[in-house]
Amino acid sequence: MIRALAIVLFVLAGTAAARAQALVADLSSHLIAITTGFSGTELLLFGAKEGEGDVVVIVRGPDGDTTVRRKSRVAGIWINRDDLRFAGVPSFYRVAASRPLADFVPASLRQRHQIGVEYLRLQPARELNSEDTAAFRAGMIRNKEAVRLYDPEVGRVSFLGNRLFRTRIVFPANVPTGNYTVEVLLVNGGQVIAAQTTPMYVSKVGVGADIYDFAHDYAALYGLIAIFLAVAAGWGAGVVFRK
Amino acid sequence: MALVPVYLPMAETAIDGLLLVGIGSGVGLLSGLFGVGGGFLITPLLIFLGVPPAVAAATGANTVIASSASGALAHWQRGTLDVKMGLLLLAGGLAGSAASVRLFGILAAMGQIDLVVSLSYVLLLGGVGAMMFAESVRGFLPGARKAAPAVPRAPFGANMPWKTAFPRSGVETSALSPVILGFIVGVMTGLMGVGGGFLLVPAMIYLLGMPTTTVVGTSLFQILFVSANVTFLQAWSHHTVDVVLAALLVAGGVVAAPYGAKLGARLGAARLRVLLALLVLTVAIGLGVGLVRQPADLYSIRIDVSQSGDKDQTP
Repeated sequence: MIRALAIVLFVLAGTAAARAQALVADLSSHLIAITTGFSGTELLLFGAKEGEGDVVVIVRGPDGDTTVRRKSRVAGIWINRDDLRFAGVPSFYRVAASRPLADFVPASLRQRHQIGVEYLRLQPARELNSEDTAAFRAGMIRNKEAVRLYDPEVGRVSFLGNRLFRTRIVFPANVPTGNYTVEVLLVNGGQVIAAQTTPMYVSKVGVGADIYDFAHDYAALYGLIAIFLAVAAGWGAGVVFRK
Repeated sequence: MALVPVYLPMAETAIDGLLLVGIGSGVGLLSGLFGVGGGFLITPLLIFLGVPPAVAAATGANTVIASSASGALAHWQRGTLDVKMGLLLLAGGLAGSAASVRLFGILAAMGQIDLVVSLSYVLLLGGVGAMMFAESVRGFLPGARKAAPAVPRAPFGANMPWKTAFPRSGVETSALSPVILGFIVGVMTGLMGVGGGFLLVPAMIYLLGMPTTTVVGTSLFQILFVSANVTFLQAWSHHTVDVVLAALLVAGGVVAAPYGAKLGARLGAARLRVLLALLVLTVAIGLGVGLVRQPADLYSIRIDVSQSGDKDQTP
């Protein structure tokens, strides 16, 4: 009884807070489950804002280190010669906005909130001249875009009337697993006037997850099973097809 | 677009399952046709489809187990498997493959694994393919027919210690020569995800002087165990064997291989050798062009272990 009352009070307080908030947003799902048939998916982000302003949505996968390698020609063959490691590289990155970013987000704000691939704060592991660092950085972003982990295009946040907005976030089949953050900013007059960060999780589930976990937790046994399956298939086929 | 997308848990991407079964049957057909494992086709194809190279090589070794198991079984029943020779080759092969799995990890960390794999393919496939091609063309020339099986020289390592007789193959050579040969092929297996049949068969004929009757069965025997060893070690130390990927490829392969074998019997050995030589040369030239031509993007990335496993990404 007391618990039910507490819940009612909590919900009422929540609604009141939401009314006072300039921005609320949520995702159609907070979990992307990678199942055996997974071939990419999309989530719907929807929300409402109070007052004037444009909306920017930033989706980031877990950060990590990435090494970028550059090929050069040695004795007529292209081989990896130089490399540069970057820290703070989001494994996945998307931006969506209700208008072209250049029209309403000043550079200082893009810097602060890392809005757009060119504003990602990637930390090179060692000092190179700025020209080389920029080239390695651009090379990495190109590679990430080629496998659709980054998107050169800014997605569209569309408004339904004045208050409600929504956008679709597309995740390709090779979406990395881990904890994601979805940051929604309400920008007016070159300032962030409200912000909300929503967590999201990408996880393998079902058979694929079991296989992956098994392969890591019981690596030796997994290797033996892989061998056994192949031998059985080959041997079995040999017996079946001989007569 | 993918008709039946299948998420490959270790490769961490989705590829059309039908396409994989199709590739498996295509390679199975060729492997039945030519009596090779087909690893030298599977690994580059998988890399081309977007499977990380490390997973492609390790899973390639896994699929080779299946094709060599059925082949080795058949030869063993027929008595065309020289077990003594096979065991010595295997001793070298196991050591070589263990060494190469280590080497694979080191080269991957240095960013040179793709180069080494491509270079090995180009040099070995190119060399073997050119030799086979020249030999088969000579066989077709009039007048040169009778000089075909030219194995006049003493077998490789004939003057090394531990001279041993191999009654099943009718050769006598040092016990060290199959061990050394097996070691070299074992290293290739680990690095390239190939069984090494395309290397081992000519080496056994030309270097060890073995008769063609026991060569195929014995090489399959060695390949079976070496690729099993590589599969185990790669799964154990690098988590790069994808059983879902392997299962799809093997499913296509085992069904198609017998048809390849039937087709092969109809085509005849001489024509088969020319075709195999051409196939091997084509793969070698294709990979060679890739090394020499300026890549579309000079930059490539590798996501470090901390993030999502130890894997390369080559779009």
